[in-house]
Amino acid sequence: MTRRRRLLSLFASVLFATAPLGTARAEGGFILVQSTTSTQNSGLFEHILPLFQAETGIEVRVVAVGTGQAIRNAANGDGDVLFVHAKSAEEKFVAAGDGVARFDVMYNDFVIVGPASDPAGVAGMSDAAAALARIAQAGALFASRGDDSGTHKAELALWATSGVDVSAASGTWYRETGSGMGATLNVAAAIGAYALSDRATWISFGNKRDTTIAVQGDPVMFNQYGIILVNPEKHPNVKAQLGQQFVDWVLSETGQSAIASYSIDGQQLFFPNAQR
Amino acid sequence: MNGFSGVLGQAFGLILAWDADLVAIIGLSLRVTLSAVVIACLVGLPLGAVVGAFRFPGRVLADLLLNALMGLPPVVVGLLVYLMLSASGPLGPLALLYTPTAMIVAQTILVTPIIAALTRQAIRDLDREYDEQFQSLGVGPVARVAALLWDARFSLLTVALAGFGRAVAEVGAVLIVGGNINHVTRMMTTAIALETSKGNLQLALALGVVLLALALVVNAAVMAVRGLAVRAAHA
Amino acid sequence: MRDFPAFDDPGSVQGAAPILCASGVRFHAGGSALIDGIDLTLAPGRITVVMGANGAGKSLLLRLLHGLILPDSGSVLWRGRPLDRAARAAQAMVFQRPVMLRRSVLANLRFALAVQGVRGAERTRRAVQALSRANLADLAHRPARVLSGGEQQRLALARAMAGAPELLFLDEPTASLDPASTQAIETQIRDARASGVTVVLVTHDLGQARRLGDDLVFLHAGRVAEAGPLHATLARPHSAALRAWVEGRLFLDTSCAT
Repeated sequence: MTRRRRLLSLFASVLFATAPLGTARAEGGFILVQSTTSTQNSGLFEHILPLFQAETGIEVRVVAVGTGQAIRNAANGDGDVLFVHAKSAEEKFVAAGDGVARFDVMYNDFVIVGPASDPAGVAGMSDAAAALARIAQAGALFASRGDDSGTHKAELALWATSGVDVSAASGTWYRETGSGMGATLNVAAAIGAYALSDRATWISFGNKRDTTIAVQGDPVMFNQYGIILVNPEKHPNVKAQLGQQFVDWVLSETGQSAIASYSIDGQQLFFPNAQR
Repeated sequence: MNGFSGVLGQAFGLILAWDADLVAIIGLSLRVTLSAVVIACLVGLPLGAVVGAFRFPGRVLADLLLNALMGLPPVVVGLLVYLMLSASGPLGPLALLYTPTAMIVAQTILVTPIIAALTRQAIRDLDREYDEQFQSLGVGPVARVAALLWDARFSLLTVALAGFGRAVAEVGAVLIVGGNINHVTRMMTTAIALETSKGNLQLALALGVVLLALALVVNAAVMAVRGLAVRAAHA
Repeated sequence: MRDFPAFDDPGSVQGAAPILCASGVRFHAGGSALIDGIDLTLAPGRITVVMGANGAGKSLLLRLLHGLILPDSGSVLWRGRPLDRAARAAQAMVFQRPVMLRRSVLANLRFALAVQGVRGAERTRRAVQALSRANLADLAHRPARVLSGGEQQRLALARAMAGAPELLFLDEPTASLDPASTQAIETQIRDARASGVTVVLVTHDLGQARRLGDDLVFLHAGRVAEAGPLHATLARPHSAALRAWVEGRLFLDTSCAT
């Protein structure tokens, strides 16, 4: 009997040791930010959030998904702040009453990356739509996010300008990965495809192989990020006060210079442009 | 990428450095996975034993259901748990979304059918052997289930390990309901997914090797306990 | 010869109320009658030996009498009442291949006693007592399943007796045992009878039947071919089947298989 009891107590102690759940760890409270993979994968949050927490004691928990999913999660009330890059979708979010107000935070830009061999001959171009048309004409592989993210929306807008119907080419030279930016870049690098990426993710991406930037500098590839406090009147669980503090800080001079000071290999990744 | 030896070297380096973040991630993986397995055992062992030990109308259906549920896609479970726990879902007021508890819930749902189905099989095999003796002794239903579970305990350890294997390697469900929040809900598997999406393939692989080592340690520990207990109890 | 004959054995307890009574018991499987109308009465305190060639239905009859299997027709009455769990608790059965729980020798006994509702210190006391009676005390903490076949069968018998049954069914308990183990088992069976337990023993061993048996039931083709006081019946068999059996000419009962 003692042996059995000893086994039982061992079992119980394992259970006990693993059971307590650390949901109440932040003394200063925490907020949840629904954001995009580009901001997380680039390392921006790891740079600015500790500064914010040191100043306010508020812990920021980031859920990084595609912009489309981030907006839907926030519309379900699962988040206090939305921090994404798809201006028209963000404005719809506010118009539907899910968000309080939208503010510009910062921008970076999109680049078209592709294999160094440049099968479509677009390297060095600065007209994004023309470059895409040439890729389509050459039938060169193109890896699309295909996930309703901010980058995907921007890419589709560029295709529309170029007059190419990519839905007809789906599965041939046009490959939709249905995944995040990093996963799509992994695919592009592996199969030697072109892809549209935000510059921040591209700079911090670790698996470039022989892929390089082919097209950049077109004003239409401007990529604006916005921040929105989720509407506490519609979603009563939203921590409006703490969330507002974060929004204010990001838009403040301190927050804006924190964003400006983030760089990788001497390259600034995001350019603050909040209007104050 | 420096090939596989580079990955192994980096994995070894990660373990040796025993970085605080890595320790926290390993700790959370163990906590979530083991909690899910323990809860799944508390539900799945008796459930599987009852289905395995008794004949009742609909038993074939129960068998079928358990077997089918073993193949539950993690992402579907993740979505269902997300919808339940979302602020606009029925359990929203509990504020469990994006917490380790949510991940435990999702993994428990994934693991319980596995535990139950494998338990049912182990118990049914044992029951074939014991059935007449139990009838002859006049063993009642509760005592029967308890005795079968106790006597199958060594096979059931393997069953629990199968559940652990599924849980510890799972990423789809915990990513959705946990959110892969740094220092809160980041586990080994979600960290691997994140590093992969950052293009840090070697780091991702090294983390994978660490995860494998972790699974190895847990399995070895359980098998060692089992070995000792077997020697002490029966052959 | 299907009717139960009157005993002329002086040791017979004629007149005592039978503790188990089977009448018209039939059991079919696969379109053939494996037990084809058996009437049987067990008087208390006696050892009834059930014999017959392989396939005659001996093991099946035991299971029917013990209530492990329900007959297709006919009835088995325990002290005049239908078999239920309480009735089975007053009986015990030892199978040809002993079923050992994956526990220690002592735990096997404790389990049987726990099922009988024996609690606490009394349970341990009776388990230890049963073990020493079966000469298994030294093995109390060994895993039951590593015991030899003979030790396992002695344990199975001790476990069956631990619950103090009134009726004990033994299905070829010494079928594959060495002579020493067989002798030990036979001693246990004699002890059981001495303490007033009624025993039904299936065996192939004529010598064992003669050493232990009071009464004989001889099965052939799923029926009672002959029954009566054991020594008298074996000395003067009436049926052709028993005569062939005693003379060593009957090994396999294929009459039901066709």
